[in-house]
Amino acid sequence: MIGIEHYLTVAATLFVIGIFGLFLNRKNIIIMLMSVELMLLAVNINFVAFSHFLGDLVGQVFTLFVLTVAAAEAAIGLAILVCFNRNRGSIAVEDVNVMKG
Amino acid sequence: MSVFAFYLFAISVIAGGLFTVISRNPVHSVLWLILSFLSAAGLFVMLNAEFVAMLLIIVYVGAVAVLFLFVVMMLDVDFAELKAEMAKYMPLGLLIGLIVLMQFVMAFGAWDANAAAGGLRTQVVTDEVQNTAALGLILYDEYFLLFQLSGLILLVAMIGAIVLTLRHRGDVKRQDVVAQMMRDPAKAMKLNDVKPGQGL
Repeated sequence: MIGIEHYLTVAATLFVIGIFGLFLNRKNIIIMLMSVELMLLAVNINFVAFSHFLGDLVGQVFTLFVLTVAAAEAAIGLAILVCFNRNRGSIAVEDVNVMKG
Repeated sequence: MSVFAFYLFAISVIAGGLFTVISRNPVHSVLWLILSFLSAAGLFVMLNAEFVAMLLIIVYVGAVAVLFLFVVMMLDVDFAELKAEMAKYMPLGLLIGLIVLMQFVMAFGAWDANAAAGGLRTQVVTDEVQNTAALGLILYDEYFLLFQLSGLILLVAMIGAIVLTLRHRGDVKRQDVVAQMMRDPAKAMKLNDVKPGQGL
């Protein structure tokens, strides 16, 4: 029978893949944004799994809010990317040090 | 049957995530990401969370993944050059990934559900109300403020994205309604009386 441990293992693996992707694609910010989406998906799987196995609906409500924030983050991130590409002609993230901050 | 479905969805979630990360072509990455989202929606259906599953398909596959696809295809970037240095970061990525994985394994080994955890539930799932209806009851009743705030977040994101990407180009001709209405024939037209056999 499939227990909560199976779902937690899937979510943990997906989260680690997301972190791995963040470090692997240091130059490609689009893939970095996708990795962040993968990590948020892993968090959502954890929320829904605990919600089901504890019998508490609050986990699913929180999943909705995570989904909202993830969608907003993707939209803003891609808008910044389009703006950056228009100004600099590339999306290489190591160029993003014009402010020397 | 449900065991088979779980392993099918779980393997395709993980494979989709892995190929999203290591794929050379970013368009393929987005397509693998869509596979990962769809399989996660299948997992959510198996967990009796139908509403969240459908929302995942509509919001992620229908909006976010299509947005990614649109941006990847719109930005004409040489991705082969970006991917060339992928091998350089491979050891660091593997190291960090292994460390986080070991932390998860250690936390998972020590994890144990408290017997009193069931008493802390605030919204107990019942068989009488369907998942979507129950979520609606909770969302509009107990979490109304958070619901409104998430709408505000979406509004801010929408305005921000529009402001960031809006630009006025000088070389594009646009309709100027006022100038169009203020034109009259006396200023816009010139009548020439052309004699036969002569040009202007």
